[in-house]
Amino acid sequence: MELTLWTYEGPPHVGAIRIAASMRDVHLVLHAPQGDTYADLLFTMIEREGRRPPVTWTTFQARDLGSSTAEMVIETLQGVCERYHPKVLLVAESCTGELLQDQPGALARGAGLSAPIIPIEMAAYTRKENWGASETLYQLVRGLLAGKARATSEDSSATTEKRRPSVNLIGPTKLGFRCRDDVTEVCRLLERMGVGVNVVAPLGASPHDLLRIPEADANVNLAPEVADLTCDWLRRQFKQPIIQTVPLGWGATRDFIAEVAQVLDLDINPDVVGESRLPWYSRSVDSTYLTGKRVFVFADGTHALAAARMARDEMGFEVVGLGTYSRERARDVRALASEYGLEALITDDYLAVERAVTELQPELVLGTQMERHIAKRLGIPCAVISTPAHVQDYPARYSPQMGFEGCNVIFDTWVHPLIMGLEEHLLTMFRDDFEFNDAAVPSHLGGEGAGAQQPDNVEAIPTVAPGAVAWAVSAEKELRKIPFFVRGKARRNTEHFALEQGLSVIDVETLYEAKAHFSR
Amino acid sequence: MSQVIARAATEGVPDVRTERGERAVFCGLTSIIWLHRRIQDAFFLVVGSRTCAHLLQSAAGVMIFAEPRFATAILGERDLAGMADCHEELDRVVGELLARRPDIRRLFLVGSCPSEVIKLDLANAAARLQNVHNNRLRISAFSGSGIETTFTQGEDQCLASMVPDLPELESGSQRLMVVGTLADIVEEQFRRHFAQLGIEAVDFFPAARADNLPPVGPGTRLLLAQPYVSDTVAALCKRGAKLIPSLYPLGVQGTLAWFQAAAAEWGMDADSVSQALAIPVARAQKALFRVREHLKDKSIHFLPDSQLELPLARFLRDECDMSLLEVATPYLDQMLMAPELSALGAGVQLVEGSDLDSALARVRASRPDLTVCGMGIANPLEAEGLRTKWSIELIFTPVQGFDQVADLAGLFARPLARERQLEVGSWS
Repeated sequence: MELTLWTYEGPPHVGAIRIAASMRDVHLVLHAPQGDTYADLLFTMIEREGRRPPVTWTTFQARDLGSSTAEMVIETLQGVCERYHPKVLLVAESCTGELLQDQPGALARGAGLSAPIIPIEMAAYTRKENWGASETLYQLVRGLLAGKARATSEDSSATTEKRRPSVNLIGPTKLGFRCRDDVTEVCRLLERMGVGVNVVAPLGASPHDLLRIPEADANVNLAPEVADLTCDWLRRQFKQPIIQTVPLGWGATRDFIAEVAQVLDLDINPDVVGESRLPWYSRSVDSTYLTGKRVFVFADGTHALAAARMARDEMGFEVVGLGTYSRERARDVRALASEYGLEALITDDYLAVERAVTELQPELVLGTQMERHIAKRLGIPCAVISTPAHVQDYPARYSPQMGFEGCNVIFDTWVHPLIMGLEEHLLTMFRDDFEFNDAAVPSHLGGEGAGAQQPDNVEAIPTVAPGAVAWAVSAEKELRKIPFFVRGKARRNTEHFALEQGLSVIDVETLYEAKAHFSR
Repeated sequence: MSQVIARAATEGVPDVRTERGERAVFCGLTSIIWLHRRIQDAFFLVVGSRTCAHLLQSAAGVMIFAEPRFATAILGERDLAGMADCHEELDRVVGELLARRPDIRRLFLVGSCPSEVIKLDLANAAARLQNVHNNRLRISAFSGSGIETTFTQGEDQCLASMVPDLPELESGSQRLMVVGTLADIVEEQFRRHFAQLGIEAVDFFPAARADNLPPVGPGTRLLLAQPYVSDTVAALCKRGAKLIPSLYPLGVQGTLAWFQAAAAEWGMDADSVSQALAIPVARAQKALFRVREHLKDKSIHFLPDSQLELPLARFLRDECDMSLLEVATPYLDQMLMAPELSALGAGVQLVEGSDLDSALARVRASRPDLTVCGMGIANPLEAEGLRTKWSIELIFTPVQGFDQVADLAGLFARPLARERQLEVGSWS
């Protein structure tokens, strides 16, 4: 039993719905009690979908238990076939359905239905949403393609001399982070390399499209959390190589281009494929103030890894914390964290993340909807880089994260919550200015990201054992002159310094001794 | 009121058709979203699965409260396989929780679908934990599971679980108990109106503080602010309370009838109540008049969701001149809905239960001007060119009482006004 306030991922059957909702001509029947249907609103409200996800629920109630729940499964399946005529019918259970042990997959197979059935075991009590999405995509692709031989690529290459190379994009789904725009951006990128996109799956694909997957030369693994399993199977089954680099960030996009070129044996200069404004924006003098800003990164594995690299190498930040809730990516995140001299935070406990942010007092948090909340509470600027996300993270405008345009979008998104260069300097110089002080929000943000408008949480959080050191009134006053976005760090450093020196009282001198001690 | 009774006498009650099939309603856990704001020192610990936790944060508009007073103890495979003793695990989790939140005065253990199916006895667990933490807080259990409760029924189960803790009302006295969560502002207004009627002995259940438990006994008269409190009413009646049958306080007529029904128990006739409340009634009618023109002659279809469907339909037809195409409700409590059924009269299409696809087919065939539905269905209907009102908003907005009548009508008028105003392409 695990105490949970907020959860980063939904249950696995929500992952299954994401796959079904991403596709055409697929229907999912879920053996689940009434109430589990709330999942519809994730799609229709958060992502503003204009259609209901193609899911039908048995919605059993207490009175059905022990007698008729199995019949309900069969009636529901038959109704779905009559009403929707799906090309493929997925059958799964939610957590409560699993406890009934009705085995809806077996029931479906024995029911003589008109549609092909693919049952999916959800393991609701051990697994989570991304696993459910991954498993569903894998079972669907395998169910349709197992037994198929490698496409007749040799024949076709014989007939058409210069066959255009093509890849599949595997992994983008509904309720993923910016998948809609990332697919467009990556397709454009590949187009400029002369590479065709054969199938995008599952987003927008039909079962018929999935049957064409083996025709491509390689698979681009765009969302490893969802597509690893499927890409691996396709590699084994059809000898399709996997393009592993996710083009998130300027360097990663160039690595992606290089990997595509290498896998497809193309001679391509990344400079002519496209360019981003990020390198110049980052090098221009205004961005100097970004240097060494302390950034905390927490996201799904893919976005955390990409954001850390961008933050350090492309924005000039200092990454002071790095973590993920994707346990399946823990190894990669740990490896990158140790390269950055950090210990990775691998957890799905929101409270552990909150403790880490509180302790580190970063100047910018790059996280999920959950970290937005943590940051808001602590008065720290924040940008959302990953799911779980809320309705405002599914914007109307074109705003990919991937490719060169994605770099532009990310530069703007990360810089926007921060106080701009000269403004920051003036705040530091004239802290007690009655109009222009650090209790005011950044001048370009009306009411949002209100750092020091929050009650000064920093002061309330003891960073060393209470009573171990005391602050002299003069030192406390001096501390208040330090801008709020570094005050927490200054307080913490000074207290640690005082403890190390065996001091029981911190005066103004101690404050500056500590500053000198910790200065870079 | 007299007008309403006259129609009921001549026209009877609606025919009720029961449907069975796919349902699209929240489970009772959703009630926690408003209950934890209402009872400000209570904590709701759901014993369930990741789905329960995910529902709560999705239904809560996704994390509006940085540290909420609700949480989920997620059952894992070890718990299900019997490798871990669920009760020991629960004791540990409750211990952790109480250490974190010393401010909590009442803890609810909330049952879910999985905990009900594995027959985890939370009432027993609550009693055991009560012994451990006896001096600190009250602990009780109720079920918000989807197999037993829909949406607002969670509140009913929560309140019913508190009834055994209510103190005994001293014999010989008479007190009014208003049952069902109301917004603070509505409670204040109602207290003023009761005072105007000379009824001072009024309690609201639930109250804003968990310790503030209203007394109950043979002198208690129950007046229902919400129509979904069936089990709570049954439990209170067992302790001697008597139910005052009434319309629900939605709309001018409903609210006036509600006060008249209560006042009758204090020996006050209907006309005197009308006189005493003449000013708020007139003000409400004036405010409603402006909104009504947007709703007049428009048709409306209620899909089953909040359990407020009957009183809302009665208000929109009788006071806003809308026409009712179909009124569906998740379940129909004949006793608590009797006055509303009479008010609706014969000729209204009333459906109990749900078969989602066939209901949607009827909506598509009749193309109502407005469809009241759950959040999952609203945008898909909008995309088909149908205006909707998602019903959870009716639960999250102060809509009861005279001074909220125009706001209530406004919730229905806004989608229609928006349709008239927008000049951007078509909806579908």
